[in-house]
Amino acid sequence: MKSSVIVFPGSNCDRDISVALKKFQIQNQMVWHNETNLPKSDLVVLPGGFSYGDYLRTGCIASKSQIINDIIKHAKKGGLLLGICNGFQILIETGLLPGALLRNKKLKFISKNVFLKVSNFNNKFFLNFKKKKIVELPIAHNEGNYFAGVNSLKKLEDENLIAFKYCDEKGNVNIESNPNGSSNNIAGILNDQKNILGMMPHPERLVDPVLQGEDGSLMFESLISSK
Amino acid sequence: MKISIIVTLKNEVLDPQGKVVNQTLQNMGYKNIIDVRQGKHFEIDINEKDKEKAINTADEICKKLLANLIIENYKINLN
Repeated sequence: MKSSVIVFPGSNCDRDISVALKKFQIQNQMVWHNETNLPKSDLVVLPGGFSYGDYLRTGCIASKSQIINDIIKHAKKGGLLLGICNGFQILIETGLLPGALLRNKKLKFISKNVFLKVSNFNNKFFLNFKKKKIVELPIAHNEGNYFAGVNSLKKLEDENLIAFKYCDEKGNVNIESNPNGSSNNIAGILNDQKNILGMMPHPERLVDPVLQGEDGSLMFESLISSK
Repeated sequence: MKISIIVTLKNEVLDPQGKVVNQTLQNMGYKNIIDVRQGKHFEIDINEKDKEKAINTADEICKKLLANLIIENYKINLN
């Protein structure tokens, strides 16, 4: 499997995701945002960070980068596209995923581990989450408060396009387990074809027992088994 | 020609910063303040003499870049 990680000025999780991809024998290439041609890839990753210093709106300036046209083409052809944290914000700004990501409800940067209840296993990113269903992953963001209009939220719920929701250790999805004020506790969403995933949690940060957890590995295992 | 553009969050979108500013004003004794919404202000210098064309361009850049229409409204003013 071949992947490309797109690097923007201000990306800072690009190396982490690259290390994680290589650990699962995915052949990865780093691609600078100013490139016009995307190398042949099965998977494209928009990494976390603070692209362009979060100027204007998070992910907004990056969403107008030169490489984005090729990424949109890749996704429209059914290629896998993953946006983590700032990458999710960029996907939202390109219009490939619906809604918006607002500042956290309590206006604080949140960096901690959260529990997530996986709602959709029927996609190439999450097949292996069936083994666990409730996973623990880190979040680290200031703008992760997912917002969408009533109709958009209804569509996401009805068509099972919510990837996972913030929950407590036992899997209860409630206000107490919602770290940032996201509508319906949403932590990640899929597009209609389920080849695009945007998520606030960082799977690349928990792929090694040394890092006190391996729940992130389930996603990378899913990706390689889907190929 | 100078154009000013104001982008604010839509009424149905929670504006925590505006809320905190409002709360602080209340604490400072300004009891007659009802609500505060915080936004962004852009001052744009455009090389265009035709007012209508300038407004059309401003409208286009608001839609394409300056505002996220899912959560924000914008107002264009010619100076």
